[in-house]
Amino acid sequence: MKKLIALIFVLYIGVEMFFVFYQIPFGMDRVQSKVGKFYLEHSPKDLKVANAVTSIVVNFRGFDTLGEVTVLFIATTALGSILFRSRKVHNRLNSKRTSVEASMIVQVAGRFLVPLIVLLGAYVFIHGHLTPGGGFQGGVIIATGVLFLLLAYRQFSVNHEPITWIESLAGATFAGLGLTGIFVGKTFLENFLGTGKLNDLLSGGIIPLIYIAVGFKVAAELTGILDTILSISVPVEETENQN
Amino acid sequence: MDNILILKIAFIGASITLLFIGLYAVLTKRNLIKIVLGLSIMDNGLNLLFITMGFVKHGTAPIFSPLVMEKLKTVDAAAQVMVDPVVQALVLTAIVIGFGVTAVALALVLRLYRHHNTTNIDEIRNLKW
Amino acid sequence: MSTIITVIVVIGALFLVAAAIYAVHKKDLVVATVATSVISLVLSAFYFILQAPDVALTEAAIGVALTTIIFIVIIRNTKRFED
Repeated sequence: MKKLIALIFVLYIGVEMFFVFYQIPFGMDRVQSKVGKFYLEHSPKDLKVANAVTSIVVNFRGFDTLGEVTVLFIATTALGSILFRSRKVHNRLNSKRTSVEASMIVQVAGRFLVPLIVLLGAYVFIHGHLTPGGGFQGGVIIATGVLFLLLAYRQFSVNHEPITWIESLAGATFAGLGLTGIFVGKTFLENFLGTGKLNDLLSGGIIPLIYIAVGFKVAAELTGILDTILSISVPVEETENQN
Repeated sequence: MDNILILKIAFIGASITLLFIGLYAVLTKRNLIKIVLGLSIMDNGLNLLFITMGFVKHGTAPIFSPLVMEKLKTVDAAAQVMVDPVVQALVLTAIVIGFGVTAVALALVLRLYRHHNTTNIDEIRNLKW
Repeated sequence: MSTIITVIVVIGALFLVAAAIYAVHKKDLVVATVATSVISLVLSAFYFILQAPDVALTEAAIGVALTTIIFIVIIRNTKRFED
């Protein structure tokens, strides 16, 4: 009965909402929004950044991105503090990450693939202002490489000391580059370096530098999240069954 | 029917269906992990709706690559045929934040399971820790 | 847009809805999680068709890989079947 009421409710709102969004012009008869047009014209002319999404994320709305990486940092910290006690209690019983050792094929393939995955991630965030991609995508790809290592090798463990340092330094670089804009007499996150030529690797002033910092920060934070989640121990009875 | 009309119905229909399947799961399911799964599905549907709103017919990705500049010569002409970049920047942010939210919610589910030994919210009655 | 892309999009949209209903209906949580990652995969292709390569890259990396692994690790530590 409760399910039926929920189904009718959801169907009714869904159909209504579909017809509301159906009224909005799509595709052919669509006019570009004013804000979007402003960003599209000023990104290649003033900033010399080829990828308009990058220039919005890092420069026009850079303050939002600073808030976003802060939210990610808070999520990592919250995860660590929520799982802290249970980790300490259960580690004594069983510190094995996976109950079965990964096969030899996975381990040998990991040796070839992980450097390539990290290289791809670095490529994606260094070229964030020229091609699709950027700090967030590159950081996530690097974290995927670390995930491969964590799953394939039982004895591999993430050293938290350098990760904390990388994260703090990357965050400080972002905030410092923003504050330098104020010190040279302009606004926060002002592009104070020379902008160069469109579609050059060294173009866009501080935008590539900030995106590289974001890439390091996101990679460090997601590695921390994955390591915290994967270091939850296997329940004791499950391992006993397998032995 | 016109191709663009079919595309419009497919994209908007798929995104709104995803949104409300997720809402149905959140409303009726009693398992905490299923509820987080429903939230994740809702997140995906909303993101697709946003991107659909920014689409322009015969548009290209908002990147002034050498290929586009060679074909259209000036920046103004290239900007005319590009899709809206603002929604893409918004959704980029929303996906990464959604991942953080999912991770924290699942950690809370694990803590509740360790304490009450169940993931069914009907059985978790006492709010005392 | 050409007819081929339209056909692909319609099939993808039906697949998306089917995967979402399957994920919500299935009692086995691991199967439901894998169905959710299929949703993310199809959505990533949709973003590419809608000319948003940045978003497609993010969705492919986060939705397919990281969200799935976190769900599976948490399910391993709790109960696999919902009752």
